[in-house]
Amino acid sequence: MDEVLLRSLTPSVLGILVRRGADFAAAEDAVQDALVEAVRVWPADPPRDPKGWLVTVAWRKFLDATRADAARRRREDLHEEQPPPGPAPAVDDTLQLYFLCAHPSLTPSSAVALTLRAVGGLTTRQIAQAYLVPEATMAQRISRAKRTVSTVRLDRPGDVATVLRVLYLVFNEGYSGDIDLAAEAIRLTRQLAAAIDHPEVAGLLALMLLHHARRPARTAPDGSLVPLAEQDRGRWDTAAIAEGIGILQAALARDRLGEFQAQAAIAALHADAPTAEETDWVQIVEWYDELARLTDSPVVRLNRAVAVGEADGPRAGLAALDALDASLPRRTAVAAYLHERDGDLATAARLYAEAAHKAPDLAERDHLTRQAARLNSRLRR
Amino acid sequence: MAKYLLLKHYRGAPAAVNDVPMDHWTPEEISAHVQYMNDFAARLEQSGEFVDGQALAPEGMWVRYDGEGRPPVTDGPFAETKDLIAGWMVIDVDSRERAVELAGELSAAPGAGGKPIHEWLEVRPFLAAPPTITECH
Repeated sequence: MDEVLLRSLTPSVLGILVRRGADFAAAEDAVQDALVEAVRVWPADPPRDPKGWLVTVAWRKFLDATRADAARRRREDLHEEQPPPGPAPAVDDTLQLYFLCAHPSLTPSSAVALTLRAVGGLTTRQIAQAYLVPEATMAQRISRAKRTVSTVRLDRPGDVATVLRVLYLVFNEGYSGDIDLAAEAIRLTRQLAAAIDHPEVAGLLALMLLHHARRPARTAPDGSLVPLAEQDRGRWDTAAIAEGIGILQAALARDRLGEFQAQAAIAALHADAPTAEETDWVQIVEWYDELARLTDSPVVRLNRAVAVGEADGPRAGLAALDALDASLPRRTAVAAYLHERDGDLATAARLYAEAAHKAPDLAERDHLTRQAARLNSRLRR
Repeated sequence: MAKYLLLKHYRGAPAAVNDVPMDHWTPEEISAHVQYMNDFAARLEQSGEFVDGQALAPEGMWVRYDGEGRPPVTDGPFAETKDLIAGWMVIDVDSRERAVELAGELSAAPGAGGKPIHEWLEVRPFLAAPPTITECH
């Protein structure tokens, strides 16, 4: 059975239940129960109409739960009769669910968890594994999130930007556990792009595809990080790159630039270069300038300094770095890289070791320690 | 079964035999070390003795309550802190002897020159839940 296909039906089934009058939290539980049932039953007895099957079973689960929950809270007559099935505007339902699950009243971690469950159809256990927290913790996070949004009315369109931020967070979380969060984020963004015509949604989808394309080349067999310049470009996924560039070009043609399109444009320029040496750094600097105008983020200015170092030489890069706050994460690593390019190996080695000391994750720490070790070995010779 | 915490220190443990900071190893020696650690954890998962392993950033801070309606006080990091934990592994094993055996293996991870580091690891038993049957002990 195709679990991804099954999960792709989740948001529209949930939307139908909510529109029939089920409250969001109860409907979401019922859909989860129906998904579990489907995994059990479908392999031996696949339904002809999977979505119809899920709606019927989820609605029955909802009624059972509501009845069991006793009539004291809800009048029985509301639920006695199954409403006429009738086709539903599935696209709108899906879109409204994205907005609800990324609602600004939720914290980022709650929005991420709720999106993965209610829109993505993942189980609480799978989400807990992906984020390395106990299942009970994740269950609490999700049920609190559901309570928070239970009073939100689903009648107004939400802000696409909040949805994009949530999907970006999911994508960036990477590849721990059985669930490939990056692939899941791409699937959810693709589904969102089908439901709403918005250049930034397209921009984010392109950005994800272009970065995902490099994934096979990003880590060595021993698990260590391989920096962009040293990656075997023959291992990049050319189909994903072509798709990402196509989506990006269509979005850019609409002349409503946003930060995700600008980030995707930078990723596309890297993807376009047959070798690291042939990278069009001048154009990349221009895109970083655009990005800095759009976001004014210090991280963008840090990355811009790297690009300036490549376009105009390491001294120019170091000068661009001078203007940035010394406490900025990864600034020391960038300084180490630029000093090495400038030929000052001793300073670079010292800064790499210092950057390793401050690294935010293990893979990066090991990578930076290796850089320091590499230079120290050369200096000893 | 009993759970033990194997603690690795940045600072505060007695000096290792092969005590060279990692950024003065060769890149190949670092790779060999990382591989050894990964293999070790994988082997414990296979044997059903692995519970958890985490690494900690070297710099943190101290925080304490500062009274009603006031934000907590923060301080540090202190460069002179004597005892600095680098990370841990939690194992669930049949005996104290097994915990010692595993800590010994972990301490043998290769370092500079590809030779074992002989690093000192702190081994601390968990305080377990009380047993159900107490009469026979």
